[in-house]
Amino acid sequence: MGIFFLAAAVLSIIFGLLSGNMSGVSSAVLEESGHAAELSLRLLGSLCFWSGLMEVAKKSGLVEKLCFLLKPLLSLVFPALRNEKAALGAISMNVAANMLGLGNAATPFGISAMKELHKISGFGKSATKEMVCFVVMNTASLQLLPTTVAFLRSEAGSKEPLDILPAVWFVSACSLLLGIFAAKITFPKGEEK
Amino acid sequence: MSTLLSTDLILPAAVAFIIGYGVMKKTDVFSVFTEGAKEGLRSAAAVLPALCFLMTGVGMMRESGMLEAIIGFIKPFSDKIGFPEEVLPLAFLRPFSGSGALGFYEELCKNLPPDSFSARVASVLMGGSETTFYTVAVYYGAIGIKNGRNTVPAALLADVSAAIFSVLAVNLFLR
Repeated sequence: MGIFFLAAAVLSIIFGLLSGNMSGVSSAVLEESGHAAELSLRLLGSLCFWSGLMEVAKKSGLVEKLCFLLKPLLSLVFPALRNEKAALGAISMNVAANMLGLGNAATPFGISAMKELHKISGFGKSATKEMVCFVVMNTASLQLLPTTVAFLRSEAGSKEPLDILPAVWFVSACSLLLGIFAAKITFPKGEEK
Repeated sequence: MSTLLSTDLILPAAVAFIIGYGVMKKTDVFSVFTEGAKEGLRSAAAVLPALCFLMTGVGMMRESGMLEAIIGFIKPFSDKIGFPEEVLPLAFLRPFSGSGALGFYEELCKNLPPDSFSARVASVLMGGSETTFYTVAVYYGAIGIKNGRNTVPAALLADVSAAIFSVLAVNLFLR
């Protein structure tokens, strides 16, 4: 992450000088952390709400049911988690929310899944293979019905806003599989933790 | 059709279902809920430092005009696979900024015929990918992971492939 920031800063200065918009770059430095605070404040409410619902779903046994349904799929991606009920449960909730297009809910579920994975790793500072796969899975789209896109398309006067569905599924599936495959084969060997 | 499929229905229904299941199973829904919500409070506080870091970096790059320069560089390659030029900025915005990508996409929807090739590629790309860097920062930030290993390269590979597959998929399914 440090390298990312250094690269971002150096490149921004170079390109800012070239394009003559250094004032924009410098106001980004001043303002973006404020935007980050706004975003996490907005996130705060939904994190509380969905973490609360997650707890209800956990205690009532709903998570276990969902977990059972998704287990064949998840054990392919996370073979090492076969007996980790808590982690698999949170991952199941995250996957279900993603598929339904409930992004606001998927993030809190995803964070609780990360916490479970962190616990399994013994609270290390480096990501484990499972964490990498899980995060990569969340950076690809699992959404079955891209409702926002469909809505905007119908607003724009598209005759069939949902005709893109097969193409969206194809793209999601291909990029998801490729991402997970890459995450698995390029994960550095040996130096665990 | 459109209301049946919309998040406007799915979201309240999912909430009602989870609460309803809890009540049916005689869970003390309210106190369990508040117990869980406290955990959310802690997560939000853990996420903010990572977001400050990430968003400042992304914001600087966005303002510097780097996007335009990269697009100029990449255009000869993207032309070869038939990627529509006007959608190119979207492919670069998508992994970095959710709101930026959505804003750009809304603008595209207004300016292009919605059932044109370019608009469809843009729509498929929007529907088939996510805001990579935000996800990475939030998920690792929440648990204090310093070293993400190969996460970003693998996720970016998925993003690049999503852009390429979008053109392929529109040609395949919508011609």
